[in-house]
Amino acid sequence: MPRVTYIEPDGRAVTLEVRSGRSLMSAAMDAGLEGIEAQCGGNMACATCHCYVQAPWLERLPPPTQDEQLMLQNVAAEWRENSRLSCQLIMQPELDGITVRFPDRQS
Amino acid sequence: MSSQEPIVIVGAGQAGVQIAESLRQEGYGGALLLVGEEPYPPYQRPPLSKKWLFEAGNPASLAIRGAEALLRRRIELRLAARVEHVDSAAAELLLGDGERLRYSGLALATGSLPRPLRVPGAALQGVLYLRGIADSAAIAAAIRRCASERLPVVVIGGGFIGLEVAAGARKLGAEVTVLEGLSRLMSRVTAPVVSEAFERLHRAHGVRFVFDAQVTELRGAPRSAAAPAGAPPSGEQVATVHTADGREFPAGCVVVGIGVAPDDRLAAAAGLACERGVIVDECSRTSEPGIVAAGDCTARRLPDGRLLRLESVQNAVEQGKSAAAALMGRERPFYATPWFWSDQYDVKLQMAGLSHGYDQVIVRGDMAKPAFSAFYLRAARLIAVDSLNRIADHMLAKRLLDNDLSPTAEQIADPAFDLHSLIKQSA
Repeated sequence: MPRVTYIEPDGRAVTLEVRSGRSLMSAAMDAGLEGIEAQCGGNMACATCHCYVQAPWLERLPPPTQDEQLMLQNVAAEWRENSRLSCQLIMQPELDGITVRFPDRQS
Repeated sequence: MSSQEPIVIVGAGQAGVQIAESLRQEGYGGALLLVGEEPYPPYQRPPLSKKWLFEAGNPASLAIRGAEALLRRRIELRLAARVEHVDSAAAELLLGDGERLRYSGLALATGSLPRPLRVPGAALQGVLYLRGIADSAAIAAAIRRCASERLPVVVIGGGFIGLEVAAGARKLGAEVTVLEGLSRLMSRVTAPVVSEAFERLHRAHGVRFVFDAQVTELRGAPRSAAAPAGAPPSGEQVATVHTADGREFPAGCVVVGIGVAPDDRLAAAAGLACERGVIVDECSRTSEPGIVAAGDCTARRLPDGRLLRLESVQNAVEQGKSAAAALMGRERPFYATPWFWSDQYDVKLQMAGLSHGYDQVIVRGDMAKPAFSAFYLRAARLIAVDSLNRIADHMLAKRLLDNDLSPTAEQIADPAFDLHSLIKQSA
């Protein structure tokens, strides 16, 4: 199964196996990661599953939709060029090894 | 705090699990017990009236956190269990199975209960309320039966729950009539311009509305021999809904969505100050030292003395964080702008702030699509924004309100004015 490494706000790295088709948000919530809240459960209503995608993975992801881009403009933590909403990042075999970092706050 | 006895959290919903997780994040290393009445581990409620209703999903897909993750954090779940009584003087509680349990700290996250319809016939079979997974599954089954038998679904209440269920019922192919007691939809929380947009949307999808409808009685009919297997063996099935003006509405089932009331029974019986909810301060502390409360069951005392009741995921999460901090002797007040959302057909409604008491509403966007936001002002200051398919406006509104920034009425009304510039200026 493809793997994802999540970096918690305190720097701890957690690697999880995430089946293809599942969102990075859903797997992180299930595993009890601390840096994510996902208050709306993946409905693009809250922007509390914000993450920073580490190089070189950003350009290998499908680009954000306009709605996601608009939500990213107002996330609680600092917006950066590699900001994404993890509910919109769907695992694919080609993404095996992707690393994302959670910001210090989600709300 | 004694480390021998656990911190007990009563209520295993969104607020309860947040308190448990936040206690671990705050460094609490002792025993932690989360007691829930339902047989399910903590799960998300919003989908119960939305996607989950018409997709007939699996309860496990609603879980907030995985079972293993809770176990790893030594958050012990006691499910299908009730707390009958709290003795705050003895720091002890009584469980439904007779066990007495001493606690070192107590958090109440008991949620809310649907307001019951108080008319003759309200106890008939087929009169349904939405609170938990089992309710959502029962409503979905009743709607499917109505769709296949060509019987109408009658929804009582044109608020969030009623409208989401109506949308779900249309998706499942049932005929739907919504009876609303007031003159427009969601009237307690939105301006007429938003109510009208949702009325048009639902009508376009075939929903019938009756406004100013005072339901006076539900009447039943004996179950036919063709009643589905597994149907309750006794009791009459609801057949008609009657209103004060003498009208009669045939109903294959009735879904009641007329609001919720905070479940403060345990707290009130334990002597905690309650007034339409367990009264808490901005740090989620109750009137009793060592007892905190969070989520739907609370009424928060604001600095100006008023009580604020919020029913939302955000409130459950943020009060949950405050409550955990308070149990650890820290202050973590919650002041953030309240926000809510609803999904109906292809329209996402997002609300930021509380519009109550507004004196001006200004619309930005395209009302016909609909893709617009209603900006609410009071004394020329922004207090709330309702956005229909305008995600950017919603996100911006939260930031403006969090930072106490307000555009002028002219700026809002000018589609060429960039509201983001207000945040950039203040940064």
